[in-house]
Amino acid sequence: MPSPLILLSAVLNGLMTGAVYALVALGLTLIYGVLHIINFAHGALLSAALFAAFFAWQKLGLDPYIAAFVLAPVFFALGYALQRFIIGPASHGDDRNMLLVTLGLAVLIENALLYEFHADTRTVELAYGFRSIDLGFTFLAVSRVISFVAVFAVALVLWLIMSRTDTGKAIRAVAREKLGAELSGIDVAHIYAVTFGLGTACVAIAACLLIPNYYVNPSAGNAFVLIAFTIVVLGGMGSVPGALIGGLVIGVVESLGGFFFGESLGQVGIFLIFIAVLLVRPRGLFGANA
Amino acid sequence: MKSFVAIAAVVAALAAVPALTHSNVVLNFLVVTLMIALAGQGWNILGGYGGQYSFGHAAFFGTGAYVTAILQVRYGVNAWVGFAASIAAGAVVGAIIGGLAFRAGLRSSYFALVTLAFAEVLRILASVTPITGAGVGILIKLDLRAQSFQFQSRAIFYLVILALVAVALVIARLLERSRFGAWLIAVRENEDAAMALGVDAFAVKLGAMVLSAAITAAAGCFYAQYFLFIDAAIGYGPWISIEALLTPIIGGVGTVFGALLGALVVKALGEGAKLITGDVPGLDLMIYGAVLVLVIRFAPRGLVGAVTDIYDYFRAAAQKPAAEAANG
Repeated sequence: MPSPLILLSAVLNGLMTGAVYALVALGLTLIYGVLHIINFAHGALLSAALFAAFFAWQKLGLDPYIAAFVLAPVFFALGYALQRFIIGPASHGDDRNMLLVTLGLAVLIENALLYEFHADTRTVELAYGFRSIDLGFTFLAVSRVISFVAVFAVALVLWLIMSRTDTGKAIRAVAREKLGAELSGIDVAHIYAVTFGLGTACVAIAACLLIPNYYVNPSAGNAFVLIAFTIVVLGGMGSVPGALIGGLVIGVVESLGGFFFGESLGQVGIFLIFIAVLLVRPRGLFGANA
Repeated sequence: MKSFVAIAAVVAALAAVPALTHSNVVLNFLVVTLMIALAGQGWNILGGYGGQYSFGHAAFFGTGAYVTAILQVRYGVNAWVGFAASIAAGAVVGAIIGGLAFRAGLRSSYFALVTLAFAEVLRILASVTPITGAGVGILIKLDLRAQSFQFQSRAIFYLVILALVAVALVIARLLERSRFGAWLIAVRENEDAAMALGVDAFAVKLGAMVLSAAITAAAGCFYAQYFLFIDAAIGYGPWISIEALLTPIIGGVGTVFGALLGALVVKALGEGAKLITGDVPGLDLMIYGAVLVLVIRFAPRGLVGAVTDIYDYFRAAAQKPAAEAANG
């Protein structure tokens, strides 16, 4: 049995990683909660956002944390346009078509990135990239602590949007009862697109938080998406607190799993949780009773 | 009866190709295309006729490829026995995944997710377990004899895969005519209504999954015999899950010829793009993604559906003056 302090440090690191997972999952669960589809393009959009953050740093010298404030609205617009002009019209009102279109977009975006930038892995080098906080028994990278705090700030902002604004109210109305919302004059296509935009903005912020200690390549986002699927399923599809708690739980499970069984088997652990939850309790641990 | 004649005509036309050309490039292209068409026809049975969109048919393709490779290389089993074992193993994996997923009542997004997850679990396991050759993969020994399912001539390989595709086309047609097929389509159109009429939706979907998995496993086994190599990224990689669903959807989902037509179009586009710009990684898949989005947007019933619509339009246009003349 390893010393409890080492375990504690693994747990802390897991929580830090888990927070970013939670943010990616938050975008996914938001989209699911309203559109009732899994956005398979989420990972490709994350890769695209990682590239955007990378080039913002390389070409414009923009610090990733500042780039987040630029990229979030840009990706909101991108997500809005994707849903409004591509996914929505192409779905013909059938969920299965929507799934396929997001899958098609995922393949398209990921391979467009591969075509344009090749499979090379890029990294950002920041002056504070290796700075860390000494807790006595372990070190925590400053950038990871920042991202941990930032994720909760984003979640708070999202919560405020959802609970305090008219658009938020409309989003909740569409999620609850699409036809009723439409009858009371809500533009459902617009709300769908706004929701998709918000989910995509989450991905852009996650990319900016990840990039100081992560790498960029055309398939970098995929690693997160299957994990995000797991979190969303674990937390209950459409549940925002579920995504946050699920993200932290998965981060810790992965960290401890990797610690005890090695990297790749740690990943299998996540998938097995995923499949088990899907089969036994598809509404998730926090999902509403079906 | 007419449709069996159509199948025979299409297969006969394709069978004539080796007589017209000995070009290895052409034959290689057609072999790979037909292999994808076979995998896609497997997907089409479950996704097209049954409406259950799997995003993880790699689970069956990879199982088919690995089972024959492992049996031959590790246990010295004959390749044709390996072929039968591959198909059976694919069916078993299909029964397990289908049994679990359908028992849990997973539909739509959830079903897509769980199939994807199973394929990924298998991929990771295959990339670390010794019996699958872990990260290195498995090389099947070169032995160019018919009894080891290897042929000197590409033309023979081509005729073998064509025969397999022909069987898959006939299976789809028989399915359309059968009671089981009618139940399956009823489940696709409205599962609750079908159940209310006494269709055992669970059994029907499970049966379709098993058949679907077996066909896709046959394609995987053929891959192993043709390229004599398999590793986790090929066998269980996302590429094959995508191509297996892409071909019938582009060709015409839930139609006999959809997967074959889709595979020809998709592969021709991919190769054409490579001819123009050189072999840049990502280009062919980029085109596949774009075509998938465009087809769903503008021709949701695929190319077969689009062709039927155009045909109907012209026939209606041709009949209209005749009808007017008769009335007038």
